Amino acid sequence: MDELFPFIIAKYNYWASLILLFIGLYGMIAKNNLMKKIIGMIIFQTAILLFYVSIGVKQGASVPILFFSEDHQPLLEASAYANPLPHVLMLTAIVVGVGTLGVALAILQKIQRVHGTIEEDEILEDMRQ
Amino acid sequence: MIDQAPVFIVIIPLLAALLLVFATPLGPRFAYGMLVTALAATLAAALATLNLVVAANQAVHYRMGDWLPPHGIELVIDHLSGVVLVLVAGCALLTAIYSLRTAEQDNPDRLNQYYSLFALLVTGLLGMVASGDLFNLYVLLEISALSSYGLLARGGGQAYYATFKYLIVGTIGACFYLLGVGYIYIMTGSLNMADLAVILSRPELQESVSVKIGFTLIILGIWIKMALFPLHAWLPNAYSKAGTTTACLVAPLMTKVSVYIMLRMMFTVFSADYIFNQIAWSELVIYLASAAAVVGMLAALAQRDLRKMLTYIIVAEIGYMTGGAWLANAAGFTGTTYHILADGLMTLCLFMAVGAIIYRTGETTKAAMVGIFQKMPITAVVLVIGAASIIGVPPTCGFFSKWYLIQGAAQAGAWVFVAALLIASLVAAVIFFRLLEVAFFGDLDAAPAAPEDGHGQGHGPAVARAEAPLSMLIPMMISAAGLIVLGIYTREVVSYFISWSIPAGF
Amino acid sequence: MKQLTLIILAACALIMLVAASELPDWADPASPASSHLSPGFIEQAYEATHTPNMVTAVLADYRSYDTMFETVVVFLAALIIMIILRRTPHRRFCKILPQRPQRKGSDTVLKGAAQMIIPVMQIFALYVLGHGHYSPGGGFQGGVIFGASFILLALCYNLRFTLTRFRERLVLLCCAGGALLYAGIGALCLSLGWNFLGYAALAEILGVSEAMARSHGILAVEVGVGITVMAVMVSIYYDLASGGDMYEGL
Repeated sequence: MDELFPFIIAKYNYWASLILLFIGLYGMIAKNNLMKKIIGMIIFQTAILLFYVSIGVKQGASVPILFFSEDHQPLLEASAYANPLPHVLMLTAIVVGVGTLGVALAILQKIQRVHGTIEEDEILEDMRQ
Repeated sequence: MIDQAPVFIVIIPLLAALLLVFATPLGPRFAYGMLVTALAATLAAALATLNLVVAANQAVHYRMGDWLPPHGIELVIDHLSGVVLVLVAGCALLTAIYSLRTAEQDNPDRLNQYYSLFALLVTGLLGMVASGDLFNLYVLLEISALSSYGLLARGGGQAYYATFKYLIVGTIGACFYLLGVGYIYIMTGSLNMADLAVILSRPELQESVSVKIGFTLIILGIWIKMALFPLHAWLPNAYSKAGTTTACLVAPLMTKVSVYIMLRMMFTVFSADYIFNQIAWSELVIYLASAAAVVGMLAALAQRDLRKMLTYIIVAEIGYMTGGAWLANAAGFTGTTYHILADGLMTLCLFMAVGAIIYRTGETTKAAMVGIFQKMPITAVVLVIGAASIIGVPPTCGFFSKWYLIQGAAQAGAWVFVAALLIASLVAAVIFFRLLEVAFFGDLDAAPAAPEDGHGQGHGPAVARAEAPLSMLIPMMISAAGLIVLGIYTREVVSYFISWSIPAGF
Repeated sequence: MKQLTLIILAACALIMLVAASELPDWADPASPASSHLSPGFIEQAYEATHTPNMVTAVLADYRSYDTMFETVVVFLAALIIMIILRRTPHRRFCKILPQRPQRKGSDTVLKGAAQMIIPVMQIFALYVLGHGHYSPGGGFQGGVIFGASFILLALCYNLRFTLTRFRERLVLLCCAGGALLYAGIGALCLSLGWNFLGYAALAEILGVSEAMARSHGILAVEVGVGITVMAVMVSIYYDLASGGDMYEGL
């Protein structure tokens, strides 16, 4: 038991991201209401963002913006700053996620107009007629 | 300037897409001209790059922003990507020429925006093929996916729900790919494909579970985008309800580029012996591919709607290509790569022909085929050539790709796959003979009532010639001719291009 | 069906959670991700690009090809929403749509607060954009704040009021214009003989050192990104809130 607890704490960022990921994936696949599928998609994408950003953390490091000393010399110590690359990658991923969300909402509005409902079983019923 | 050709391939359609938005007051003809010119320039750049690759006999690397990889992003174009780039640019150009009548009909007041989406889809596909960086590939994957959602949603009515399902499934696929890249990044620290190939050959990473999970997630994501059985359910609905031009653009290209990405991931980033030695499920893929081929063709047999039938044929073709890649020998790899080219042209040819028939007759079921040989003879000949290629009749290219695939499967002892290929060809023959019988003799037994004139003979009444317009005929004839030319020059294509990209050890 | 999905997903989750034990520890400075590329970025970014904010340097210079396509994604989203939703108000609805509530009365508090907040928001947005070299910020963040100021205007006043100030046609041109500025700077570097998006080419035109030229190049592309993101936020709001007919927003 005393090795289990540090084991869980040592990698808790992965547990959190993976649990959120599967919650989001379940929402996207199994829910009937199309809006809930979109919410599941947002949760899924956010979990992946968390996964990446948590990789960039270093023990005792601060934000990846250079710190200047008194005589305007930059402090170029690699272990003093967090890894900038996952931040950059996830800026892109956030923007892509927002784009997909916007398109999904627009299509949802059109579905509501054409079929009158956003429940999947009612839409399939409507399409059969 | 000539060594800047790789970047021109991606930049020209992008700039065309952005400038098309500004060019709205100049009218639809100007937009059409601008699109066709931009895609022609892109094709020229792709051919120039292929020339560079063949002349140097090694991959062309282009560094973005003059940064050295792995810190910067680079474009890597070798023999395989060069050929696929030419395919994508060529098919896009032919579809753009074809779209003169149909695009304006489907999008009366927003033609420039439609063409802008068109050009952005082409940019995404070309950028994906040329890229040498894993995350860059994800961004371009999303660009092409988003453009395809927009283009497919223009189908109206029933297309909205189909596009929504496609959006959900496509996002799952792309995010699985991203998660897989995340696992690989955690374990190796790099995103550049060439750098990763070096790092992943270390023994501790070869044994690592996380790298295997990363590989599995990447391949699963690509399979979802590729519509491999059983993840194919989104494809028939989404593609069959689209507009004519959209179907001609997305159907030949998007799944083939996903197959290319799978090949790139499998053989460049992770090496062939990693996959076949370390990954436990690599033998099962052949069964999946065989199931895809048979299920796809049988489902196509059961369809009444022409375009839905063609989309199920795409599902079967994807099965062929996946099986060929996972056979682990040179003949199988050659078959898959050759089939990327062949299937791109075949699908383009058939979709264009069917699109022309729907444009002229207004019907989408098999009833549209009544008397096609009298009404639209050139279109019918194009359809026959495309059908012959799918069935696998020499000298069309479809025969040669099946030849390589069967040879590879026999060498690897995968008799299930050989059986699946033969059954699928047989079913394809049945499908197309039935279709062409309707087309030639005009006799339907279980179809909606054609106008009765009282005579009970096999021939319908004399129908007037109503051939497809010239803007549709020329691309169709070029693609049909391409099928035969590609078949005749198989040996040259394989020896100049494909044999250089076969992975070492095969 | 739902139970089957739940069982399969729970099984996959369990496999991945157990396999996560092999991944590097949280905040481990010796993990491959922190020791392969990131020391190179941290130690050389300031010398090469004269930008203390390393995230901006990597985003807009080392990986600026990616950021260009990110801008294109944003533009694409606005274009697609417009092409799906935009319609003239005279078409009939296919199915029943709930009645939109009509607003009446005057909104003194809302309008007064908007008049005070919006100019400050816009100045702050320009600050965030320009200061992206030295503090967290940059084109995307500044653009979103600027776009939010227009959305606040539309919420507090009226959609048609905002449309008279920032017309739809101009919004679409700004969307494309920002991305065109980005690609245009890349093409400018190409025409001067360097590779695409190699900002060192600008050193000849601007007459500064290569590192300063890269810093200016980063600022220029961030401006392009900011214009596009601002216009895209406004365009998406126009289309989604009014349902495409540009008549009445939320």
